[in-house]
Amino acid sequence: MATTVTPSVPGRRRRTPLARREARWAYVFLAPWIVGFLVLTAGPMVASLWLSFTEYDVINAPRWSGLDNYRQLVSDPQVARSLGNTVYYTALHVPLVMLISLGLALLLKRVGRWQGFFRTVFYLPVMTPAVAVGILFLLLLNTQDGLINRGLALLGIDGPSWTTDPDWVMPGIVLMSLWSLGSTVIIYLAALQNVPRDLYEAADLDGAGAWARFRHVTLPMISGSLFFTLIVNTIASLQMFTEVYTMYFGNRQTQNSFDSDAASFYVIYLFQQAFQFLHMGFASAMAWLLFLIILIITAVQVKLSNRFVYYEGEDR
Amino acid sequence: MSRRLRATALAGALTLAMSGCGGVGGGGDSGGGSSKGSGALSTMGFGFSDEIAKTRVDAFKKDHPDVQLSITEGAFDEQQFLSAVASGNPPDLVYMDRKLIGTYAKRGSIQPLTDCVEKQQIDMGQYRQAAKDQVTLDGTVYGIPEFSQVRVLYLNETVLKQAGLTADDVNLADWASLPAVNTKLTKVSGGRLSRIGIDPKIPEFLPMWAKADGAEMISADGAKANLTDPKVVEALTTGIKLIQDQGGWGKFKSFRDTFDFFGAENPLAKNQIAAWPMEDWFLNQAAKNSPKAELVVKPFVDRQGKPLTMSSGQAWVLTKGAKNPEAACAFVKQMTATDTWFAAAKARAEARKAANLPFTGVWTGNTAADKKIFDELYRPTGNKRFDDAVATIRAAQDTAFAIPASPAGAEFDKAWTDAVNRVLSGQAQPAEALARAQQEATAALDKAAG
Repeated sequence: MATTVTPSVPGRRRRTPLARREARWAYVFLAPWIVGFLVLTAGPMVASLWLSFTEYDVINAPRWSGLDNYRQLVSDPQVARSLGNTVYYTALHVPLVMLISLGLALLLKRVGRWQGFFRTVFYLPVMTPAVAVGILFLLLLNTQDGLINRGLALLGIDGPSWTTDPDWVMPGIVLMSLWSLGSTVIIYLAALQNVPRDLYEAADLDGAGAWARFRHVTLPMISGSLFFTLIVNTIASLQMFTEVYTMYFGNRQTQNSFDSDAASFYVIYLFQQAFQFLHMGFASAMAWLLFLIILIITAVQVKLSNRFVYYEGEDR
Repeated sequence: MSRRLRATALAGALTLAMSGCGGVGGGGDSGGGSSKGSGALSTMGFGFSDEIAKTRVDAFKKDHPDVQLSITEGAFDEQQFLSAVASGNPPDLVYMDRKLIGTYAKRGSIQPLTDCVEKQQIDMGQYRQAAKDQVTLDGTVYGIPEFSQVRVLYLNETVLKQAGLTADDVNLADWASLPAVNTKLTKVSGGRLSRIGIDPKIPEFLPMWAKADGAEMISADGAKANLTDPKVVEALTTGIKLIQDQGGWGKFKSFRDTFDFFGAENPLAKNQIAAWPMEDWFLNQAAKNSPKAELVVKPFVDRQGKPLTMSSGQAWVLTKGAKNPEAACAFVKQMTATDTWFAAAKARAEARKAANLPFTGVWTGNTAADKKIFDELYRPTGNKRFDDAVATIRAAQDTAFAIPASPAGAEFDKAWTDAVNRVLSGQAQPAEALARAQQEATAALDKAAG
């Protein structure tokens, strides 16, 4: 696309006809997304905010109830329980995914000729549908015949009851969540490959060892990617739904045989309130609370990123 | 530069945070017309899973050539249904679990069938009382019952003999004797459970155990929970003990999860279980996959030894905003009529014969249909075990009760199911867990009652 250079003069800049025409075309091409965003995201967001102040069961007209739903958020113990589970999962899942992915990416970078093959192998699990992952791990985590406990038995370890012992349900879910860390590995690998070689050479000349090179060259140079995956994985973890719903809530049989306190995630409880108990107003309030939590956590992460994220070309 | 990048990251993150999932709408044209119905008719939650479904739908199509029937196959999906209702474009008919009817009826998402029954002259007397209880809220009928599943006690005589017991020794009327019998029947090899003795099938069958002890978990009008009744606590304690004596819930469940109830390698064939209450459909599977199994079927009984069972099944409901109620009513009438059921059962019997498999009957929510099927169509297979089992299940149908329709049925179910799971996972004692469930269920029921 042709670019238009405009003289940098103080005051209001006059746009050339070409620039105006390009801007018009830009909006034409952006229009499908803008319309989609307004109709499918912003509109429902506004609607759900209004619904959160009503009693609404999807079938009958909403009835204004003021702050009742928000009061119920505080008084319903299941909200706190499911939120606690979700935060616990996030606190385990995000650091683990980042550490393991970084380790794998560093290994991949050294593989050389086989890199393409292993990159594919690591990414393939991401392609598995979430529902299938849930069902697969229900089998793998079976206490008596599951592959995981059989593997532990070979090492002389008596594996836990991953799906029935409340203390082990969450670690089991975290284990399952590592199945799809391939996309994080690929992001880190791309970042690692973008670190300029001359920085390592300069570090070598300064007598830096492997750890020092990693600490003072690699980590700062990939900190942007680390920050991006931190935010994305945190948000995804706080919105965990499909795999766990499939495992523990997906059908009558699973609903009837698992401790739903231990596996209750926030979005799962939200879904139950909305579509099983028909409390759509309360579910909307739950959604907005989650939005606020995500907003605060993300804002804190962005604020903290000032200290540890380095963008190439940036003055520090 | 960096500030802009951070702002972009934040905006992107917030957009990600707000992303959600959408629903699904239904479709259909307007219709209506004659007493037979005409125009477009749409259904949800039903599928052509077998000859029983196909034969009945074909019969309707043949008798109603003016109706353009559109069946959206697949199990009932709450989200899909509610989205369709909310969008003002619901299917005319929905095929759903009877225990959901109270909740949807209370909210007005499904219509009373008073006019439908009257205009189509549907004989409500032909349906089983337990099934009718589940589709009736505050005296108004909201659904037409389909199948009637009941629970009976299955016993593996091979295993009983190995343990030196007979079928009579597994006496569900005598709860005090069950732990000893259970211990004799349970097998542990190398520290692993390799055979379940007695599976009480809790949480799902707790209402039946409670009823056997003389307690109703919810009032007949579906408005009051009764989960703290000492008899309910006793029923739960009894079931829990049977599981704990077999190594606890973790081992018990993980072993049971390996069972394939639908295949040749079913737990009966592999002697992995000795005694367990279960739905009647397992008899069909056993007849098909394990015809040589030493199976004994007894009625589930209360503590006085009187036969008792819990009934469940599906029903047809007419949605709020249904565009073609007339054709819909004609459809449900025909789908659940005696002659239609008989034709479907005949198709099943022929299919079984062609596959050289025994026909063990069809159990419907229509007593007249069942009578006709078993009097005129069913023939004993010659395998005394299975023939006796069919007779037992047939008799059990007349002793059935059902959890009544409730305006907060889903929440009530969740409350007591969660309570049982808490006890099973060792987080609470029965009385304590049921007390919490009582609070949760009462709050939900009171809220639903308005």
